[in-house]
Amino acid sequence: MARITLDGIAHSYDSGADPSSYALKPIDHVWTQGRSYALLGPSGCGKTTLLNIISGLVVPSEGRLLFDDKDVTFLPTEQRNIAQVFQFPVIYDTMTVAENLAFPLKNRGLGRAAIKARVDEIAGLLGLTGDLKRRARNLTADAKQKISLGRGLVRSDVAAVLFDEPLTVIDPSLKWELRSKLKAVHRALDVLMIYVTHDQVEALTFADEVVVMKDGRILQIATPTQLFEQPDHTFVGYFIGSPGMNLVDAEIDGAQARVGEQTIRLPARYRKPPAGSSVRLGFRPDYTTLVPNGDLRVRVQKVEDLGRRRLARVSLGAQDIFATVPHGQSVPAETAGIAIKPERLFVYVNDERVTGEPL
Amino acid sequence: MIDKPINNRAWLLVLPVLIFVLFSALLPMMTVVNYSVQDSMGANNFFWNGDAWFRAVLDPSTDIGARFADALIRNLAFSFTALMIQVPLGIAIALCLPRKGWAVGPCLVIIALPMLIPWNVVGTIWQIFARADIGLFGAALNGLGIPFNDTQDPISAWCTIVIIDVWHWTPLVILLSYAGLRAIPDAFYQAARIDAASRWAVFVNIELPKLQKVLVIAVLLRFMQTFMIYTEPFVVTGGGPGSATTFLSIDLVKIALGQVDLGNAAAMSLIYNLITITLCYIFYTIMTQLDRRRDA
Repeated sequence: MARITLDGIAHSYDSGADPSSYALKPIDHVWTQGRSYALLGPSGCGKTTLLNIISGLVVPSEGRLLFDDKDVTFLPTEQRNIAQVFQFPVIYDTMTVAENLAFPLKNRGLGRAAIKARVDEIAGLLGLTGDLKRRARNLTADAKQKISLGRGLVRSDVAAVLFDEPLTVIDPSLKWELRSKLKAVHRALDVLMIYVTHDQVEALTFADEVVVMKDGRILQIATPTQLFEQPDHTFVGYFIGSPGMNLVDAEIDGAQARVGEQTIRLPARYRKPPAGSSVRLGFRPDYTTLVPNGDLRVRVQKVEDLGRRRLARVSLGAQDIFATVPHGQSVPAETAGIAIKPERLFVYVNDERVTGEPL
Repeated sequence: MIDKPINNRAWLLVLPVLIFVLFSALLPMMTVVNYSVQDSMGANNFFWNGDAWFRAVLDPSTDIGARFADALIRNLAFSFTALMIQVPLGIAIALCLPRKGWAVGPCLVIIALPMLIPWNVVGTIWQIFARADIGLFGAALNGLGIPFNDTQDPISAWCTIVIIDVWHWTPLVILLSYAGLRAIPDAFYQAARIDAASRWAVFVNIELPKLQKVLVIAVLLRFMQTFMIYTEPFVVTGGGPGSATTFLSIDLVKIALGQVDLGNAAAMSLIYNLITITLCYIFYTIMTQLDRRRDA
């Protein structure tokens, strides 16, 4: 299998509900083999629903799900070529590690020799070889998660591995190790991996592409770098990065924006937004520096030294924003200016990024 | 070295409980022990009889020993039959119950109803229900051509008592199993589906292992209760026909209160008690050790 296609997939747990209250709003997307994706969003944003639709545990209310060109929307889970790792380790208590790993193959009627060869191979890959004879339930949480993963990977036909917040119960010190293991497995087996999480660090370090979701809607699908440098939605800007993107209310007039009493030049010419819409300028603290005289005048409230960098909390009119204080520069007194990198200054109308004509 | 203030006044707080236990359990028990080692010629004159009563009860060649051995075998057979029916049936029904939705409440209430009925009422209900002439159950069976008479035919009497107990107490096993099943997270079922496990494999590898703890409790409770069975045979069959349903407790009451043979009855009840405790201990040890052994 080369790809998974979501063709207008939408879902509501309450049949007959209004489309605006859907747990998952219509989505069109194609997942391709060999890549890793992360579904990132706060709790209740629909990411687990989307994952369960792909694994077949939930049948979508609308749309079609295609594995390659085959419609699998109504195909039961066991007949799809997917594996899933859950939030809490799922292992079969009464079995040894080897029996756990062999279970999906045994159920599919594989021969004893073939099962053993495959189990040994996967156990080697996951570093479980030494534990094969042990009872699975006596192992630590991270080893159990590896078994859950292994049960998915032993099937040679498996095309996609789905992870539903798999590191939740893992000791923080082991999270990093298990995550590297996942990446190594991904490289070795060339499968499609979809990883659900609400932790931006996990998502950004694990995935080739991150899908940011909120309230059942996909806000942006992009590489971690793109998400950081060019957020399509104010939520993406705010949710990713620490601290998140600065968002200030503004009025747009061509290539100029008015922020409170001040005016700032924009890098492009924008069309006048419809009346009554919310207009905001977005710029990351990382691309905003505190200078003696800059694009906008601000009042310095507090400077925090984070070691790697210094961050100033400043107020721009009535709004609080963050700016970076370059190393070696003394902090200006009460009033100062901020300089924003022009190509990293964006305009959001009703929370969506709008593009302007270059000057 | 740490100097801990020593104060034994806390014992006073335990005193009420000790007094209560003394009167409710210890004194009656010691009275029985007293009877079991003495004989009486009436007029409240007792004299030392040593372990003669115990030897008589434990020797099947004596009259009392034969009665005890027969009743013990009936008790064991009854407990075994009841458990063999109730535990699998209870698990099976628990598996069929809805896991969520409006039907959960009504189902659980209907299932729990038999447990709310007192033993002697259950006995009376079934005494009439099972009558071969006017009882719905007995008359219906006879009408279908199955000979049934719980007052004359030992097999009919046995079946009636077993059915009563199954009807009365399977709900306990159902409720315990249901609670155990509900505690299994959905992820286990979902993982099993992804692993293409059959329904049977799900039962053996997920549900049964997770039910083990509640089943230990269910088996222990049901064993103790069935081994002590008294009211149902007392009300429905009176221990008959003949002595077909004369269980230990029934015989004990006959000997103690019917024949006022206090020595034999006391020895018998102590042995009965010890057997119950020992069997419970053995059950518990086997069921918990089995689990630990597999871990090693």
